[in-house]
Amino acid sequence: MRAPPESALGREAGLAICAGCLAVCRVGSAIEPASPVHCWRCDGRVHLRIPDSLQKTSAYLVAAAILYLPANLLPVLRTSTVLGEEDDTILGGVLVLLQTGSWPLALLVFFASIVVPLLKIFSIGFLVLMSALHVSGHELARARLYRVVEFVGRWSMLDIYVVTLLVALVRMGKLASVSPGPGALAFGAVVVLTMLAAQSFDPRSIWDPIREGDRA
Amino acid sequence: MIWLVPLTAALIGLWLVAYNWYQQGPVITIRFATAEGIELAKTKIRYKEVDIGDVKAISLSDDRKSVLVSAQLVRSARDLLASDSRFFVVRPRISGGTVSGLGTLLSGAYIGIDPGTSTETSKVFIGLETPPIVTGDIPGREFKLHGEQIGSLDYGAPVYFRHINVGHVTRYALDSKGTGVDIGVFIAAPYDRFVTSNSRFWHASGVDFSVDANGLRLTTESLVAVVEGGVAFQELPDLAPAAGPAPAGTSFTLYADRSQALRLPDQHGQRFVMYFQESLRGLSVGAPVDFHGIVIGEVRRVGVEYESGGGFIRFPVEVDVFPDRLRSRVNNGSAPRGFPEGQNKLIVDRLVEHGMRGELKTGNLLTGQLFIALDFHPDAARASVDWTRSPPVVPTIPGGLSRIQDTIGRIANRVDRIPVDQLAAQLSQSLATFDATLKSGQGLIGRLDTEVLPQAILTFKEAQNALQSANAVLAQDAPLQKDVQAAMRQVAQSARALATLADYLERHPEALVRGKPEDAR
Repeated sequence: MRAPPESALGREAGLAICAGCLAVCRVGSAIEPASPVHCWRCDGRVHLRIPDSLQKTSAYLVAAAILYLPANLLPVLRTSTVLGEEDDTILGGVLVLLQTGSWPLALLVFFASIVVPLLKIFSIGFLVLMSALHVSGHELARARLYRVVEFVGRWSMLDIYVVTLLVALVRMGKLASVSPGPGALAFGAVVVLTMLAAQSFDPRSIWDPIREGDRA
Repeated sequence: MIWLVPLTAALIGLWLVAYNWYQQGPVITIRFATAEGIELAKTKIRYKEVDIGDVKAISLSDDRKSVLVSAQLVRSARDLLASDSRFFVVRPRISGGTVSGLGTLLSGAYIGIDPGTSTETSKVFIGLETPPIVTGDIPGREFKLHGEQIGSLDYGAPVYFRHINVGHVTRYALDSKGTGVDIGVFIAAPYDRFVTSNSRFWHASGVDFSVDANGLRLTTESLVAVVEGGVAFQELPDLAPAAGPAPAGTSFTLYADRSQALRLPDQHGQRFVMYFQESLRGLSVGAPVDFHGIVIGEVRRVGVEYESGGGFIRFPVEVDVFPDRLRSRVNNGSAPRGFPEGQNKLIVDRLVEHGMRGELKTGNLLTGQLFIALDFHPDAARASVDWTRSPPVVPTIPGGLSRIQDTIGRIANRVDRIPVDQLAAQLSQSLATFDATLKSGQGLIGRLDTEVLPQAILTFKEAQNALQSANAVLAQDAPLQKDVQAAMRQVAQSARALATLADYLERHPEALVRGKPEDAR
């Protein structure tokens, strides 16, 4: 076994790290080896790049983008009280908050529920596009963007939590009851799909266009 | 494979769009006078309490006289949009007899719809300001009434048939000439079949309080009618039954009251004139003309007449007499009515010959209302009907009132002749005697006071003493009481011993002969 040079890429050395147990495995230099390689320690599948990463990511992304529309157009919350029934969309809720004067809360909801999912979709889309076209440049910034997107992902479910809490708590029969609208389902699907997209994206593909020689 | 995920999402999205598009019905515009209670996106359009749409926009009309409300309906509501459909705002409403729309106190007003029957559809409607009393889905028929005045009738006032509420007043308006009112009434099924061409409608409004020659009358249909007014109808009695129910939209006359409405149709009225000497005060138009107590006509006109020839003033009273009324009571109205033209004259002539005269009578002493009585006065001076004049003149005799005046005059005369002075002297004499008697009576009472009363008091005291001693004897712990109790106890003991003996003897009757055996012990 040849010792790796001072700064070398695992791919060039034909080595890869097992995602399960972090053991270094020999995989050969092809990005997509003909036969699947298994970790010598934990028998997990080892690959240099997540297989079909860009395809999967873009598929999830397209699905998320499609569902983003009903998530915002359909009511997420259906409140029925003695006074009547009311359907609330996310944007409607933001407007109500704004009109009642609590604009900080309105801003928060607006960002968390409307801007962030949109930004996520655009960010991942941008990353996928760059990787697919093998465009180089601003790799550091792109890597940072990916990290932020992955971190933010888990917080986007806040709306769904609020809806579930309300549905569970406000059960007063005829007086007042809250039920989730179809928008809630779509919204949840958007969040899950963007998270899946972020996960299936392989950040290493950002750096692929850069070879060792380029860095000099 | 992975592209199935966005495909599914796209399918779901497409389905949602298609579903929404499919569900969406027409957008309609309703014109209201005011948007009171209508809120954007909150006010619903409801039919039979089912939501069929939302208010999407509220705007002022171009001429700023009304409000345009546009509403998005659901697809299934398309069939309700006949061009004669009516829209109305349901708000809490309290009127005379009913409270409605209470539910909207909390939930806010909503727009109701009463679907029309027209085959043409429309998207622009003019909204009603008040909910219609009768909606199209209630079976029944509408009829037109024409009356002199509206009375206390209001929109929604009840219609009664034999005191059952069978319908409502749906509209009212002045007729085109302004001489009467047109009223629409809706009679709900199954009662609508009782409206026939023979039906008569009358005001059952409020309290019918009338004073006429018949006295004081007070009639009401129901408490609701007292408050709200109402209309009642009934078929004319004494008539052959009508062929069948009247078709919708038939016009009827609305009479002022029940008796007027149920009067038999007077088609063969004969007008007569009578001249009376006495004052006509209290004789009003419409006062009855009665023949031997049966009302056969009424006063039409009371006037003053200056006779140029004679040069004096007369007071003609024109009356309408309906011989049919006489007849209908004779043969129950089934025979052909009306005498042949010529016979009328003959009969009246004969009646007058037998002494029939017109006479003013007081129908009601309290109110002084007069009526005209036709009755026989065989001892009256001979007279005849003057057929040469139009209308013919029927002879009269001085009425009861003037006769009463004569009588009173005679009584006054007699009273005048009573020797009042003499009577007064005698009376004062009697009074003096009475005074003396009273005085002696007073002396007697004085003696009673001084002599009898002390004695009586003494007697009462003694009686009280006697009662007290009796009380002592009868008291719980008195010796007599004790003795009696002891004696009673002894009697009880003896009785018990006797009972034992009898018991023993019953079991051992031989003991009577042999005595008690020794070993029994």
